[in-house]
Amino acid sequence: MNIHEYQSKAILKRYGVPVPNGKPAFSVEEAVAVAQELNSPVKVVKAQIHAGGRGKAGGVKIAKNLDEVKNYATELLGKILVTHQTGPDGKKVNRLLIEEGSNIKKEYYLSFVIDRTTARAVMMGSEEGGVEIEKVAAETPEKIFKEYIDPAVGLMPFQASRIAYKMNFPAAAIRKATAFILKLYNVFVGEDCSQVEINPLVVTAEDDVIALDAKLNFDDSALYRHPDIEALRDETEEDPKERTAAKEGLSYVNLGGNVACMVNGAGLAMATVDILKHYGGEPANFLDVGGDSTPEKIATAFKIMLEGGQAKGIFVNIFGGINRCDAVAGGIVEAAKIISEDGKSLPVPVVVRLEGTNVELGRQILKDSPIANVIMAPTMEDGAKEVVRLVNEAK
Amino acid sequence: MSILVNKDTKVIVQGITGKQATFHTKQMLAYGTKIVGGVTPGKAGQTVEGVPVFNSVADAVQATGATASVIYVPARFAADSIMEGVDAGLDLVVCITEHIPVQDMVKVRRYMEGKKTRLIGPNCPGIMTTDECKLGIIPAMVQSKGRVGLVSRSGTLTYEAAFQLKNAGIGITTSLGIGGDPVKGTDFIDALKLFKDDDDTLAVLMIGEIGGTAEEDAAKWIKENMPNKPVTAFIAGRQAPPGKRMGHAGAIISGGKGTAADKIAALNAVGIDVADTVAHIGETVVATLKRAGIYEKCYSAN
Repeated sequence: MNIHEYQSKAILKRYGVPVPNGKPAFSVEEAVAVAQELNSPVKVVKAQIHAGGRGKAGGVKIAKNLDEVKNYATELLGKILVTHQTGPDGKKVNRLLIEEGSNIKKEYYLSFVIDRTTARAVMMGSEEGGVEIEKVAAETPEKIFKEYIDPAVGLMPFQASRIAYKMNFPAAAIRKATAFILKLYNVFVGEDCSQVEINPLVVTAEDDVIALDAKLNFDDSALYRHPDIEALRDETEEDPKERTAAKEGLSYVNLGGNVACMVNGAGLAMATVDILKHYGGEPANFLDVGGDSTPEKIATAFKIMLEGGQAKGIFVNIFGGINRCDAVAGGIVEAAKIISEDGKSLPVPVVVRLEGTNVELGRQILKDSPIANVIMAPTMEDGAKEVVRLVNEAK
Repeated sequence: MSILVNKDTKVIVQGITGKQATFHTKQMLAYGTKIVGGVTPGKAGQTVEGVPVFNSVADAVQATGATASVIYVPARFAADSIMEGVDAGLDLVVCITEHIPVQDMVKVRRYMEGKKTRLIGPNCPGIMTTDECKLGIIPAMVQSKGRVGLVSRSGTLTYEAAFQLKNAGIGITTSLGIGGDPVKGTDFIDALKLFKDDDDTLAVLMIGEIGGTAEEDAAKWIKENMPNKPVTAFIAGRQAPPGKRMGHAGAIISGGKGTAADKIAALNAVGIDVADTVAHIGETVVATLKRAGIYEKCYSAN
């Protein structure tokens, strides 16, 4: 799960990690009111969307006075911001962060993630801050320093100090940097983050060490023990179909195309998206409906795929193992009846590929289905080709 | 021969009184698995499908001599269950549970250092040695006995692939689902090492997906260490957009790393055939076996 920068900074503050003074604003008036309370001569107006690259896209403005704050807030609120991370459609700005400007001496990079190979948290730091770290990693990997953390004892002060020296913090800021790093690790562990990224972390003219930006990502599996984090979820940032699916317990990702698919199992679902593309289709979604799906759950999945007229055809790809094919086929037919308006057809063709336990019984159930455009495919390859053909034909 | 489990492996089921565990205990027993006990704290003295229940893994091990366990415990208690199995000195712990917090698994892996237990999973379908023993949820009907080892990050793709092989007359020694989480007990290289040392396994099918670099690492390892057993692969997620989690917690392209294209390129670079679509896994394995001259040894009519 992702949250906004201002929410991340509020969490950092709670852990004693220095951040600039500031507050969120949801309207121009609020932006001006917040700016008035701030002490610095210069205020920063920052668009709050769940995507990086805001600065380059014009989402971060430096205001020298309240009039400028007002102008920038007016410009940014409601604007569609397109960054390298938003995709071509961009994201609408509904919230701003207004904060004090900082006297930046130098920018750094600092992050914590889980390293799969060592099964440990790893801290990465670089004095190349304020730029994309992937770029630094590709061009000058020697400028990225790492510390692996033993979960039994946590991040040790010597590690924080060691990386601070390697990152080349000025002597006057080393102690502050070390303290910053240790507290940031507490955030990473304490909040079950999957990633904490501070880019840039800055040293100011006064040799203070502060998080100028902050990106926190959270482990979805651990949200049950962080209800306060779950409460920060901004649904307007999420794809509405993905949001509905998540609430219904379906694993769904909108891929934007028009050939939908419903599959049991995440791996087979990914592979089904791939095979649709392989045969020239534009996949609409990834959707893992799970193994023990009821007709109601399948009907919900159909509704999500059809919502807004997105799906022009649906490929149902099921491997029935312990959940037998006849049970799955029965569920599909019942779901089709729930969705069908006239009891005879669905708004788009549904091609079904079944394989596994009791496959013949399952095929017979589909054959006997009263819904005319539920079509049985003899193999997965045939099914993928057929649904793509039907969608292209309907154009 | 086979890897990790066989007809003599004594198994306990952690969380045996749960609905899913009870259902699968019945399935595992029907397959011939030696389920000798179950564990649910507070339910010692009961039986499930004729299997005695104990209050702790240590009690169950002491009473039954079990060397392996399979875990069907809810996510918030599962990390603890894994460590309990490790503490009891089991050789093998298989954790089916999905959605264990990643940082809990980091602690589990740390706890396991220096101990003898091998962990498979979490978030996996388990392990099945054909016609001998199954721990987990792999459907009995998917695989026939034979000479190919199967290792996969995905459950249904394991079944799909095993079944395609079965239909092509190619059987399996042991199939192993290592799970879809980013931090897990057994990875591709660990599984490949086991298959390399198993005389019955003549070739390996490896099913990967986006996220991480385990497939790339495996490609390198295969080139350096396993020249005599051909490997065929499939990678799911060619069309996955970056930054999106595709069902599995570990199936995500992040920071430009973990794309299917990178993995396929790394595998191809060391001469490993990668099936172009999921529908062609079976025939790609057959082609690999023929090229290696071991198809006849691996083929048996159903």
